[in-house]
Amino acid sequence: MFSNPDVLKFIFGKLSFDSLPFHEPILVATFIGVMIGGIVVLGGITYLGKWGYLWREWITSVDHKKIGIMYMILGVIMLLRGFADALMMRGQQAMAFGENHGYLPPHHYDQVFTAHGVIMIFFVAMPFVTGLMNFVVPLQIGARDVSFPFLNNFSFWMTVAGAITVMISLFIGEFARTGWLAYPPLSGIAYSPDVGVDYYIWSLQIAGIGTTLSGVNLIATIVKMRAQGMTLMKMPVFTWTALCTNVLIVATFPILTVTLALLTLDRYVGTNFFTTEFGGNAMLYVNLIWIWGHPEVYILILPIFGVYSEIVSTFCGKRLFGYTSMVYATVVITILSYIVWLHHFFTMGSGASVNSFFGITTMIISIPTGAKMFNWLFTMYKGRIRFETPMIWTVGFMLTFVIGGMTGVMLAVPPADFVLHNSLFLIAHFHNVIIGGVVFGVFAGINFWFPKAFGFKLDAFWGKCSFWFWLIGFYFAFMPLYVLGLMGVTRRVSHFDDPSLQIWFVVAAFGAVLIAAGIGCFVLQIFFSIKNREKLRDVTGDPWGGRTLEWSTSSPPPDYNFAFSPVVRDQDAWWDMKQNGYVRPLEGFKAIHMPKNTGTGAILGALSIAFGFGMIWHIWWLAAVMFLAMVVVGIGHTFNYNRDFHIPANEVIEAEGKRTRLLGNQA
Amino acid sequence: MSAHPEAHGAHHAHGHDDHGHGDAAAHGSLKGYLIGFILSVILTAIPFWLVMANVIDSATGTAAAIMALGVVQIIVHMIYFLHMNTRSEGGWTMLALIFTLILVAITLSGSLWVMYHLNHNMMPGMSPELMREMP
Repeated sequence: MFSNPDVLKFIFGKLSFDSLPFHEPILVATFIGVMIGGIVVLGGITYLGKWGYLWREWITSVDHKKIGIMYMILGVIMLLRGFADALMMRGQQAMAFGENHGYLPPHHYDQVFTAHGVIMIFFVAMPFVTGLMNFVVPLQIGARDVSFPFLNNFSFWMTVAGAITVMISLFIGEFARTGWLAYPPLSGIAYSPDVGVDYYIWSLQIAGIGTTLSGVNLIATIVKMRAQGMTLMKMPVFTWTALCTNVLIVATFPILTVTLALLTLDRYVGTNFFTTEFGGNAMLYVNLIWIWGHPEVYILILPIFGVYSEIVSTFCGKRLFGYTSMVYATVVITILSYIVWLHHFFTMGSGASVNSFFGITTMIISIPTGAKMFNWLFTMYKGRIRFETPMIWTVGFMLTFVIGGMTGVMLAVPPADFVLHNSLFLIAHFHNVIIGGVVFGVFAGINFWFPKAFGFKLDAFWGKCSFWFWLIGFYFAFMPLYVLGLMGVTRRVSHFDDPSLQIWFVVAAFGAVLIAAGIGCFVLQIFFSIKNREKLRDVTGDPWGGRTLEWSTSSPPPDYNFAFSPVVRDQDAWWDMKQNGYVRPLEGFKAIHMPKNTGTGAILGALSIAFGFGMIWHIWWLAAVMFLAMVVVGIGHTFNYNRDFHIPANEVIEAEGKRTRLLGNQA
Repeated sequence: MSAHPEAHGAHHAHGHDDHGHGDAAAHGSLKGYLIGFILSVILTAIPFWLVMANVIDSATGTAAAIMALGVVQIIVHMIYFLHMNTRSEGGWTMLALIFTLILVAITLSGSLWVMYHLNHNMMPGMSPELMREMP
């Protein structure tokens, strides 16, 4: 009976032993490494008996601070995966010249660059940005949590489910070989009949639910839960940029969802939206996906601009120069980001009138961005600058990002784009702005807010090592790509014939090794900081001389963030409170109403992984059962009325009393 | 989503009731829902009637009429079922609506403009006339 192919096909869909990559020694070795690492980690947790702790305190937590931290951990883990892909590509391109075909066959190389792009954008940059917003925004606006705490937990686990789906593709089947946006007709069923594109589609759809819902959540939080007195124009700049980013998320992610859904229909039920036959038009896919794709890059960079703004004003000891212009610049970028998408496909043939419109709108975006740059410079001007780790990341960003911005304006000129399009110049440009902008900002933000999250600073020596390796490594890795791009070398090529190009790729590979050292230093920084945490301890809750409300509470903040909701009178609320002799209330504490933890988010995330797996491998029974289970669990959760509790007043008094004693010892 | 009561509870406990971002959204009345329901039914019935009784001669005209009725339907839903007006939530819902309309207009008109040019320049062999003759 079990040899009956129909039965096997029903049970396993397209899945068979051939789907497992035994013939790829690199993957087998990776798999063994991951297995050993996984057994060590899981065994360690079991040995220490921490499963209950993890489940109660983290996995089921609806606390925005813990969810924010978990987003950051997800980002770091996926950064290691995505960066491993980068090293593989740099190694391949440095050696594959002439007779030497390198160690990655083309079909594997194509998966590597696709996975690199997808992971770095969706599962590194997005979790980092969402994590920072999740952790910081409620604290900055003086709230006790986000508007919908359960939804926050659910969003996080959906993002994790998407990331796990991508990781499964490494060992079961394969990933897309289409590039990170999976343009049809290549991504259509005719040219990609295997499961790679399906892994791509379902991982993004699952993670996209999380991203969209977390956008809704943060908008509601910022609009409805600000502390008394915090009018819109008194909001910290980071909160402003977070608001604009989440508006972008909510407005654009549905476009991605719909575009991918149409591609799914093409692949699964034989529609012809993006095929080359029966009236299908693949160019519509390119048009639609970039209507999402361009705002997406601003989703990543806007909150990071906010991070830099907070850091610059804190470490220069000055109010941010041009707060109002900063806010308006952010809003203008938000709007303009919707009317530039065609610059991603100037060469597809829309002609002079369309190209010139989108070329000009693209160039206009550099004006508000430039205004921001001047605001930061004027904030530093005559400031008492303290070059602590977050500040040096910020200065590194300002130098690097401006170069990336200028090459971006070059690419915005349609005639120039006809030369530079699809070349390594483009690769160098967007790595220049994403690494020099987003990644540097994330590290600046981690160094800045780590003491708030854990109560001790990060080690400055290893942080500076990490910074210098990243900065120098970046220039070594990507300046050669600018040169190669100007010489006409196209992207996504796994083998070259012209030996004169090789030296540039070797230099770029060296740069990638330097960046690897930078990541290594970051890991060591975390390790040594935890080891020396007593020496790095901060009991004041305000280690940097902060200006905004998150520094007014203890580090780490209590579960309820603020015993009393703060009252805001100035845009730098905490600075204003410190200047005017704010006295911390010592009595009158009341019981605090809090949301209860729930495992529903994690369960729904796990079910969605199984659902996605069923859809990818055409295991219809599994997909159907899992979808039904998700609906049942989701509806079941709405009948859970036991979802809140009160932190009793004496516990609040105890926690606040402890802080009073610590502050007293300090003084 | 199911977290709403949770947030509502948290909202009160957090002492944010007094921070004056305008009135909460209106919760509809039975009368409002009934008016909305009847209007929706009528606006749904008309398109069926237009098609089945062949009221308008040209197919394009019928399609345009159905589209127009669809827009009216959307507005009815927003007013009677989503309780949108210029005042609720201190004007935030109205602002969100205007922003959404602008974005939808940009997306649709931009896509039509771009795709018209792309079709014209890049797909000369795939005009609807020629497509009809395909096997």
